Amino acid sequence: MDFVLQAALNGVLLGLVYGLVALGLSLIWGVTDIVNLAHAEYLMLGMYATYWLWALAHIDPLYAIPLVVPAFFLFGYVTYRVLIRRILSAPMVSQIFATFGLLFFLRYSAFAAFGPNVRGIWGSRLEGSVPLGGLVLSLPKGAAALAALCTFAGLWLFLNRTRTGKALQATAQDHRVAQTLGIDTEQMFALSWGIGIGAVGVAAVFLSPFYQTSPAIGDAFLLLAFSSVVLGGFGTVSGALVGGLCIGLVENVLGALIAPTFKLLFVFVVFIAVLLVRPAGLVGK
Amino acid sequence: MHSGYGTREVIRGVSLSLGAGEIVAMIGPNGAGKSTLLRTIFGFLRPTRGTLHLDGESIAGVRPHQMVRRGIAYVMQGHNVLPGLSVEDNLQLGAYVRVDRQVRTDLDRLLEQFPILQARRRQKAGVLSGGERRILELARVLLQRPKVVLLDEPTLGLAPRMIDQVYDVVHSVKGAGVAVFVVEQNVRTALRHAHRACVLEQGTVRFEGRGEEMLQHPEVKRVYLGG
Ligand SMILES: Nc1ncnc2c1ncn2[C@@H]1O[C@H](COP(=O)(O)OP(=O)(O)O)[C@@H](O)[C@H]1O
Ligand SMILES: [Mg+2]
Repeated sequence: MDFVLQAALNGVLLGLVYGLVALGLSLIWGVTDIVNLAHAEYLMLGMYATYWLWALAHIDPLYAIPLVVPAFFLFGYVTYRVLIRRILSAPMVSQIFATFGLLFFLRYSAFAAFGPNVRGIWGSRLEGSVPLGGLVLSLPKGAAALAALCTFAGLWLFLNRTRTGKALQATAQDHRVAQTLGIDTEQMFALSWGIGIGAVGVAAVFLSPFYQTSPAIGDAFLLLAFSSVVLGGFGTVSGALVGGLCIGLVENVLGALIAPTFKLLFVFVVFIAVLLVRPAGLVGK
Repeated sequence: MHSGYGTREVIRGVSLSLGAGEIVAMIGPNGAGKSTLLRTIFGFLRPTRGTLHLDGESIAGVRPHQMVRRGIAYVMQGHNVLPGLSVEDNLQLGAYVRVDRQVRTDLDRLLEQFPILQARRRQKAGVLSGGERRILELARVLLQRPKVVLLDEPTLGLAPRMIDQVYDVVHSVKGAGVAVFVVEQNVRTALRHAHRACVLEQGTVRFEGRGEEMLQHPEVKRVYLGG
């Protein structure tokens, strides 16, 4: 029984991180109507950034936050200004090709620059584990989960308690109406990319101490983030959180009970089953 | 002004002027280009030819959100509320471009003036009825403190009692020295409330005149008033 509880604990911790990756995907999707297929490539690059800061400048991941997160906010912002802005009113197929192209561009740039080797950080301040009522709490995973929760809370407050946050919500709901209220929707679109990719930066930094990176690491995360967004209910902050938690739990608990090799299979079986019953997702109406 | 979509010209040379504290109505059949004209004035569409001035200053080519800062309010045909935000948030966004400190007082006064909104201020705007939405949209325009208001068929689909309420608000907007340009299918209502009116057909102004006069205009009577 203990190993199930242990798997559930890990599932919750990882699920929050999946939720954090899903959050950016969902926000960008909700505000700009663009499905960012390259989303998890930013995660991969964020992990490389954290790795190189550690390997070359001896900066611990814990202290990489104030460097990586603002840089990734800017990265998202610039991606919008340079690429996404041009495809906003393009047909859906062109949009898919554009972000798919971006995925390949980022991934193979990483291959070219860093080679195919798997790279991991060791000896970080975020290492080790503590006992927790008969279970083992991994410190780096706990820290990642806590960071995810803080990001969720921060974003919720921003969206619901600030003028700019409400303008962002208005833009997501109807960008024409938002413009008739004097909201610069271009600015809001760029902001959603900044926040979405910035959130991925947070996830990348906190994944680094316990998850090795390589150029193709994005695949699994993109699928998990997508499932979280769709499962939780598209377009809401709480949806990404709930979706991520479910995915993390299913993956880890069923993986531990049956076979870890088939973790992703279980995720998608449950994913399809939930959507058959609730097509709008768990949080959606 | 000339305007259209791609190579298709919809507005074929329309000249208009609006004065402060004046209500000008535009009527005309479906597809005449009324909504296209408003979209072009507000900057959603770029005019293919022509000029646009506000208080003597050219505002052609100004981006839509900047139009609001210049004092132009636009209530589009159809949906203008943000259904997922509360009634109060919707209202408050009317003051998005305002920087003065009076917003809160103005907002409270509006909630007092419109008990329907007061009663539902914490509910999502998506639950409002069609008439209530219109009241919300117009109350929001009041909070914007504009110089010019563009209304696209504000009474479409409303019951007669709501239509009167909508025009009560329109008159209070005008009362504050605002120029109101209203597009209407509802010809009698429009001509009754407007100081001046014009008829748009196939992208050009066929007739124009004072509101009451237009009600007597033989051609307008025949085509739009059914006799
Ligand atoms: N987005 C659009 N793209 C192309 N043509 C349009 C578009 N919107 C309207 N039209 C065309 O422009 C003409 C005028 O439409 P509109 O301005 O909506 O008329 P009205 O508001 O007077 O009913 C119509 O023939 C319509 O089919
Ligand atoms: Mg119209």
